Amino acid sequence: MNFVKRILVWLDDRSGFSDVVLPMLRHVVPDDARWWYVFGSATLCAFAVQLISGIALATTYVPGGDAAYESLLYITNEAPLGNLLRGMHYYGATAMVVLAIIHMTQVFLHAAYKYPRELNWMSGVVLLFVVLGMSFTGQLLRWDANGVWSVTVAAEMAGRAPLVGPAIAHGILGGETVGGSTLTRFFAIHVFVLPGLILAGVGLHLWLVLRHGISEMPKVDEPVDPQTYKEEYEARLAKTGVPFWPIAAWRDAVFSVAVMALIVGCAIIFGPPALGTSPNPSDINANPMPDWYFWWYFAILSMLPPELETYVILGLPVVGLLGLIVIPMLSNQGARAPSRRPWAVGTVVFSFTALVVLTIYGYRKPWSPDFGVKPLPKEIIASDDPGIMHGAALVHQKGCLYCHEIDGYGGHRGPELSDIGQRLTQADLIIRINNGGYNMPSFAASLNAQELADMVAFLQTRRFSPSPESRLETDQATPSSP
Amino acid sequence: MGNEDRRCAADRRSFLNRLTLGLGALVGAAMSIPPLAYVLSPLVGRPPRKWRDVGMLEQFPIGETRLVQFQDSTSTAWAGATAKTGAWLRRTGEDEFIAFSVNCRHLGCPVRWVNDAKLFMCPCHGGVYYEDGEVAAGPPPEALARYPVRVVDGKIEIETSPIPLTTSDFA
Repeated sequence: MNFVKRILVWLDDRSGFSDVVLPMLRHVVPDDARWWYVFGSATLCAFAVQLISGIALATTYVPGGDAAYESLLYITNEAPLGNLLRGMHYYGATAMVVLAIIHMTQVFLHAAYKYPRELNWMSGVVLLFVVLGMSFTGQLLRWDANGVWSVTVAAEMAGRAPLVGPAIAHGILGGETVGGSTLTRFFAIHVFVLPGLILAGVGLHLWLVLRHGISEMPKVDEPVDPQTYKEEYEARLAKTGVPFWPIAAWRDAVFSVAVMALIVGCAIIFGPPALGTSPNPSDINANPMPDWYFWWYFAILSMLPPELETYVILGLPVVGLLGLIVIPMLSNQGARAPSRRPWAVGTVVFSFTALVVLTIYGYRKPWSPDFGVKPLPKEIIASDDPGIMHGAALVHQKGCLYCHEIDGYGGHRGPELSDIGQRLTQADLIIRINNGGYNMPSFAASLNAQELADMVAFLQTRRFSPSPESRLETDQATPSSP
Repeated sequence: MGNEDRRCAADRRSFLNRLTLGLGALVGAAMSIPPLAYVLSPLVGRPPRKWRDVGMLEQFPIGETRLVQFQDSTSTAWAGATAKTGAWLRRTGEDEFIAFSVNCRHLGCPVRWVNDAKLFMCPCHGGVYYEDGEVAAGPPPEALARYPVRVVDGKIEIETSPIPLTTSDFA
């Protein structure tokens, strides 16, 4: 026996690797646990990317309010491979969130959370929320204007909690305002607290997988009966099971390689998210936006009736967490096959549809004023009348176009005004502009009589005018008189 | 081992059990309480408010609303740009000023002054305020917060304040 081999044998004997770890790796799993089951290991792979790239970034990132932004500029623009690493960390976070949700959806659809794997599901739910916490705190460490204002928004949201709200808000800020203690807090949470929780949670999650085994693919004729499930499961495994290593593990390895390729590929092709302006809380030109996985929540908060807002801000995360955790308590036996669980399938379809629609809404944010809108061009005004032209200039100057669109120009917070001249009379327009209305301020104090008259004159010219093509089609479709 | 010996051994184990758990809790408390108190210390005590010079009287024409920037009171040595804060300052008379917080009362985003429309507007969720800071439209539940302002020897000073938190109705 050569020297190296003797050392390896000694290490194996003293560490117990062959006695403890190998049986874990070779534990028997159902033979039908194929590509459906690769999402959990891929999530773990993405977490490993986060850990390793995060440690590398932490060697250069300076978690101080005065230097974090500059250190990020250095990492992004000057440090060798810094741009790639930031990109890997960003797309690794995205992959982790997406894969965790896919993994969870698969487990839910296959009812793998039922007896005896209830705790697997619960630990997974907690892990998902910790992962979302990692994403949010990570966004703040991108200490630009967006990061600073996102902290402010988080503190304001926490401040709505009864009794302890202000204390939590000041705890988040590390004082009464955003300052030097804010970033260091989030750094500690992002780099020590949450990864520690994830490591502990993953340990528990994997232990539970080993303890209860990987669930089989759901079958219509195999409902879960807690009285008999374990014996039946063991009997089926004894008959058709295969060792996890390497019969099942190779698929995890292949899929993880694909995930890695996607993360690195995106980092190379698209690069990390651009840094905004410097983190100056007195810079009022910031337009805070969360990262894309929170756009749906951003949209909900923007569209809610104000009287419900506090309840949703405080209640949604708690209800979401508890609602997901209690699922196995509501039903831990019976059918697992999706074909026998139409409500479960419906819940997934509804949730994903809502998530996609709200995410698109969050991206478009039609509730947000369009401060960058250009003045209306001559071809849109379509008049040489000085009063009408003045009125058209006023709808830009007075900020009407921030919220209302006219022929492709303007925001979407209020109703479109492209044909307002057809919908409202002169008197209606005057009343609406002077008095305001639902979600519209009164302009009585900021318009003189002449300005109001010119603005109304312009708005009265806004009428639906079909394009020549559609006019021609309409003419052709209209039967001629006998 | 007789019954008496077994009872003594059981008592001893029970005692050692409780002793070990108690000492463990003591060690845990000793290592946890000071760090926890340290982390929570920003909640205790308020930093002294400070008056900050934001400019000379003649820099602010009557009726105009301008953004002013100043250092907040809780700035640490490493705060950098984050120690700054802003206010919308309007001169309303010879020696009279109003300073509005730049934080929207909805969720704290930075409001902008739109001079032609005489409105403050928030980019995040579309909150709008009138010239006097009262809510004109959108989700803000309260009017814009104001900072104390004073004029000393021709200099305008604003008193630093915490970020205005919009607390819940049931707080």
